Formats: sequence, C-alpha cells, structure tokens
Amino acid sequence: MTNTLHRFGTPETLNNDFIVFAMAGKGFNDEGALDKAKTFLRTAIKYRPINMGNALVNALYRPEKDLTFIKLYFVGRQEKTTYERLIDELPSSGSAAVVFDDGGQASQFVREIKQLDLGVSINISALVDDVRGICGEVDITPHAVEYTLGFHGNTSRLPDRDTLSLSTMCGHGMVSANFAKKMIDRVKEGRMAPETAASCMAKFCVCGVFNTTRAMRVLNRIKKGE
Amino acid sequence: MNISKEKCVGCANCVPVCSVGAIYIGDDGLAEINTETCVECHNCFRGLSFEHLQPGLTRTIRRVLKKFGLRFQPDPDVCPTEAFIPDELSWPRIVRRAFSDPMVTHESTGVHGRGTEEVKTNDVSHRIKKGDVGIVVEFGRPGIGVYFREVQKATMAMAAARVTFEEGNPVAQMMADRKTGTIREDVLDEKVLSCIVEVTVPLDDTVRVLGVVKEICRRAETVISIGVSTVCDEAGNDPIREILERQGYQIGWAKVNLGLGRASNASINAAGGPR
Repeated sequence: MTNTLHRFGTPETLNNDFIVFAMAGKGFNDEGALDKAKTFLRTAIKYRPINMGNALVNALYRPEKDLTFIKLYFVGRQEKTTYERLIDELPSSGSAAVVFDDGGQASQFVREIKQLDLGVSINISALVDDVRGICGEVDITPHAVEYTLGFHGNTSRLPDRDTLSLSTMCGHGMVSANFAKKMIDRVKEGRMAPETAASCMAKFCVCGVFNTTRAMRVLNRIKKGE
Repeated sequence: MNISKEKCVGCANCVPVCSVGAIYIGDDGLAEINTETCVECHNCFRGLSFEHLQPGLTRTIRRVLKKFGLRFQPDPDVCPTEAFIPDELSWPRIVRRAFSDPMVTHESTGVHGRGTEEVKTNDVSHRIKKGDVGIVVEFGRPGIGVYFREVQKATMAMAAARVTFEEGNPVAQMMADRKTGTIREDVLDEKVLSCIVEVTVPLDDTVRVLGVVKEICRRAETVISIGVSTVCDEAGNDPIREILERQGYQIGWAKVNLGLGRASNASINAAGGPR
C-alpha cells in the first residue's frame, strides 16, 4: 500500500515530515519479523517520534472505547497510549512506522537502525532531497525510489488545499475530508485548540503515520488567517 | 455497517467522520447510512470513541436543552451511545471492506491494504528489476472512492495498451481476464474507498504508458493518485526523475527504500540463498 506516498502540500509545508518504516517481505525475511518490528519501534523512542503504529493495532493516538462521565469530566481524556504499550500489543510485524518532525532525529534513528542490521526493509517517506541528505549523512546507498506524481482525474471533486493537506496525512483515507474541514472550522471559530484538533484527527489514522506537528502548523496558520 | 435506531441520539458526530460521506441525518433526526455509498471501511465504528450513555435519557436531555436554546454535544470524535453495528458481510459486498478497511489483510496478497509490498521490500523481493519502472495507479484516492465498473474501463484501456499487470495485486486477482483487463462481473457494482492497479514496464516505455494513464485520468469520474518507482544504480541515482521532470511532473515527495533488507528465511537459506 502506498499509504505514505501521496501527502499533499508544497515543499515548504512538507518539510519536517519524515515517516520511517520497517517491513518484512512475505516469504523472504518474515520469519522472526515481529521481534525485529518491536526492536525497530523501541529503538525509535529515544529519538522522540511524534507518532507510531503498524495498522494491526490502533496507533499511538487511539480512540477510547470505554469513556464514562467521570473519565470525560473529571479524569480527562487519554489522547494516546504509551509507546511501550503499543509495542507490547503488536500481534505481528506488519509495516511498523514512526513519524518524526525533525530531520536530524530521523537521521540519527536511521543511523542506529543501520547499525542494528535488522535485515528487514527500511523505507523513508519524505521530500526526496531530504531523504537523500539523510542517506548521505548515514552513508547509505538507496536501493529504490517511488515518486508521487500527485492527484489526477476528476480533481474538481477534491476539497480545498488546507483540508487536503490534513486529510492526506492518512493515506488510507481514514481522516475524511469532511472531518478535517470540521476541525479547521472549529479551530477558526476558536472552539478548539490546534493541538486538540490534530490529536483528534490522528486517532482515525490506524497506521500511525499522521504527523500531528504538521497538522498543528497548518491549523495555526489557518487560525492566524494566513 | 448499521446504526442502531434505538441507540442513536442524532448528535451527528459520525456524519463528517465517514470516509465517503455515506452517513446522514434522516427525517427522524437520527443518523442513517446510505448503504450504496458506504464502502465498509469501518472508520466510524473503529475511529470514534464510545461513551456508554443511556440513549433515552440522552435524547431527553438534548430535547430539554434545545428548548432553552442550548445543546448537548459530545466531543467531535465521540459517539455517546455506541450506536454502530457492523454487518456480517458476504460476497460480493465483502470486497468493499477488503479494499477499504486498512486493518483487514487482503486474502489474495496476505498484505494489509489495497496493494502489494511494491518497492517497500524490493531490496529482498527484487520485484522491480534494474531497467524497469513500476507504475502504481490508485483509483478513488484521496477520499472519493470508486466503483469497479470504472476501474474496469481503465484496466481494459491499459490492457489494450499492452501493459502487464502485477500478478500479486488485489485488483489483478479480481480480473476475469488479465489479457483484456476485464474484472469479474459480480464485483463491478461494488464501491471501494480506493484500489491500486500496478504495472511494471521497461524504462524506455515509461512515457508511453504514462500517456495511457493520462488519457484514463482525462476521462475519469473519480480521482486518481499516481506513483512511479524504480531501482537506483550503484551510486544511488535513479534514472526516472529526469524523465518525469521532462514530462512536466513536479518531483518532491517520495518513498525511498534504503536497501537494508536481506532475504533470511530458513527456506531461502536451505535453497542456497536468495535469488
């Protein structure tokens, strides 16, 4: 699946968005892949990723299925789980993804992953020149590249650019355009803080590849009327 | 997917959450699902948080507050009464879920989601070889959806242009005849959130095949996302970027396979190492 390939935005709005993911090839290196996926995710923690997941269990940001009056109004909502709990819950390797909002942290993480030599495929989705920069820093010769050529066809059916830049951060389409638009409207009206709106959207992205920092940046810009 | 009339209180939180706009508030003030539009992605059921309020009491509170010009409105990601009831899906409707719910493993590929592992594991699978280009055409993305009847028009046009479909791809698995690009009759009226057609072409045929895809896009009722992949040379450079830029495509965002994977399964080692 190309769930991190078609993020919408200009290069200026897409910088500081790095998704690093590990995947085992079915029939090639999937034996023992769960432990490798867990090692991959655990290694990421010290580099402060902003999101994490693997589509087999809910991601770092996740819905709460047992809300009560007391939780809602006295204890407070729990917008995300812990890294450790998520990692412990993984039933199989899937496509383990971590999201960084800082290229330096992403680069250091990739350096350590290279040293660990897990033997599973490691990919980075980001602006291609930034990825090439990381490859240079870490001394990696990339194997393959996949470019997005963007959206075509009946594009008149697409929402406005701001909405699209939020909704396409879940490549599976689980952050619907209508919901992203609702979050934009709430932030504009001052009824919701950008960070709350960002985590609200992130809960729908089961793969954990939604970049909450980028979402806050988009929402803050809209709030300021820019 | 269904919404329980007994449980729904008509807060409408689920309406914008739906990936394809299939949920609406009916004449009775309660949420309903347009089953023709619904792609069974389970986003409403899975993504909304649930509060377990008593429906009758909640409706009463909402009615009373309304009289005073006030509203009882839960957080926008909350269904206050856990009103969703997933259906037991049967063929061919189950195809909707297989292509739309990212948490479902596609039986034909063993992979989650709507495509294959593509270049993500190419460093071990070598599915796309040096000198080849993978073209990934995703119908319905972002967020519009597509019927297989429309996908078939495209796959037939691609087949007529002599492209070879990726064997392990879920759409290829749905085809009645890969030579003509026809898709099995019983799924043509099924709508999915998106589906991916993957083809591999020689590098020097890329521009021609992209021209075919461009023509498909020109006539499309839905939106289409296109991705193009290739293997890098020993220095890490790829031959496709320049070709794409010459064709007027803006290159920016990409997915890069770092080449750190290796085939390690016992069966491969027993057979004398990777291919």
